Amino acid sequence: MPERVMFTMGDVACAEGALSAGCRYFGGYPITPATEIAEWMAIRMPQVGGAYVQYEDEIASITSVIGASWAGTKAMTATSGPGVSLMMEAIGLAVMTETPLVLVNIMRGGPSTGQPTRGQQGDVMQAKWGSHGDYQIIALTPASVQEMFDQTVRAFNLAEQYRVPVFVLADETVGHMREKLVIPDEKDLEIVDRKRPTVPPEEYLPFKPDEDLVPPMATFGSGYQFYATGLTHDWRGYPSDKDDVQMELITRLNEKILRNVDKIVEMERFQLDDADVAIIAYGTPSRSAKRAIREARRQGLKAGLLRLKTIWPFPERAIMDLASEVRHIVVAEQNMGQLYHMVRASAGTTPVHMMRKPVGTPQLPQEILQKIREVVTQ
Amino acid sequence: MTRYEIRIAGFGGQGIVTMAVILGETAALYDGKFVVQTQSYGPEARGGASKGEVVMDDEEEIDYPKVQEPDVFIAMSRAAYLSYKDGLKENGVLIVDEDLVEIEGDLPRGVRVYKIPATRIADKEVGTKQATNVVMLGAFSVITKAVSIEGLKDRIVQRWPRFAETNLKALELGMKAGERALTQAS
Repeated sequence: MPERVMFTMGDVACAEGALSAGCRYFGGYPITPATEIAEWMAIRMPQVGGAYVQYEDEIASITSVIGASWAGTKAMTATSGPGVSLMMEAIGLAVMTETPLVLVNIMRGGPSTGQPTRGQQGDVMQAKWGSHGDYQIIALTPASVQEMFDQTVRAFNLAEQYRVPVFVLADETVGHMREKLVIPDEKDLEIVDRKRPTVPPEEYLPFKPDEDLVPPMATFGSGYQFYATGLTHDWRGYPSDKDDVQMELITRLNEKILRNVDKIVEMERFQLDDADVAIIAYGTPSRSAKRAIREARRQGLKAGLLRLKTIWPFPERAIMDLASEVRHIVVAEQNMGQLYHMVRASAGTTPVHMMRKPVGTPQLPQEILQKIREVVTQ
Repeated sequence: MTRYEIRIAGFGGQGIVTMAVILGETAALYDGKFVVQTQSYGPEARGGASKGEVVMDDEEEIDYPKVQEPDVFIAMSRAAYLSYKDGLKENGVLIVDEDLVEIEGDLPRGVRVYKIPATRIADKEVGTKQATNVVMLGAFSVITKAVSIEGLKDRIVQRWPRFAETNLKALELGMKAGERALTQAS
């Protein structure tokens, strides 16, 4: 399809990004503020020969997505915090069975039912640690409508490449704001598909990794034996209670992501080169920060922004480098301070200041400007 | 035009968010500006507080997406008027539906007030109260000149092809009301 231009919502851009990436299955249960993703998918999936299924709840939604992925289809679901809480057990299953899928969380105020129509960034640690056990996932944090499209495409590519669930973690403001969206011609998009087995079926070991630690993935029903279980399993996929099997599997599930942090993480550096104060932010607060920094520069204050477009895996090295460049770091999040702790752990002796705001209104530009002024004089 | 902020507020069901969306579409797709449109509303379908915002800029990509100090405030209910009147920029523009909002209390310095009987025009002259928001859009575009009339017409026809005639009539009547309000104000 040739290039298209729309003025639309982040949620719609996300759905279009999924379709452009080749997603042909959506299993979901509508929830504010992610409902528009489901609505758009219900309209668009039949048009592209895909399937949209609305389930009885979020548990059925995510498990159906896992099944669709095993059957060889690029699949996704979209929800908000309360739905992600219900999906947590199955996210662990997807991690353990190395199932590529995309889970969109349009974050609203929590805990529990919280504030459905108001945005927040309270699910950052949930995305990383919500399911039990030691594991890695990938989480992308778009800050505009165009990025909702671009990063959803990227989420599918990363899920397919690393065989891992990938979160698109957007706050409600990004999900519900409207901006111009340019949907590129399909041939201009880079699309990654999962590795398929190259050996004959009788030689296929479904969890035997290649050198990149990722095993090729056979499609259910394609003649390859593919036994999938949430239990710790050997290369054949058979359950095992042995220490060495557990050690190898858990190490690999973590290392296949951690070894590639530099390839996975993306960020934007804004006016950092001579900055004394660096703001670290993602999603909507990063846009407040940009405005604050523009004003700070007009007033002669040297401030800059490191905008994280990927928060998991956490870009520790980038934070370490930044900490050696600036005098102060301010972490502005629309929560009680979650990624702040990760930044502090990576920043060495550079002071890290928390700007918490666990409410629907993000940090205002003047609030960030005030904070910059405060720390500069320290 | 540098950063230009519009706030529209009233009840759920008045078409507040739709107004903001049409303004955003017109400015972004037809007039070629940088635009962000946002909204906030309660969990109710109708009757709750509703707010739509548009930020546009000719030169620079928009960083902070929400309205800080609106250049224009369109008040469609008394509650909305009282909540947001003090946030209006000095010398800003206030447009009210005069049958729903009375000017009460102090306004920021230099604010110009334009009274448009949008609901009455929609009900009596267009024939449906559902066209109230389009009447108001017509008045807004004449008073502020922030978006192009051709662009508005284009978006309205594309959005509601089955009701194009009704809505274009509503827009024209709104524009006339806007012209009258401009004359009265000067």
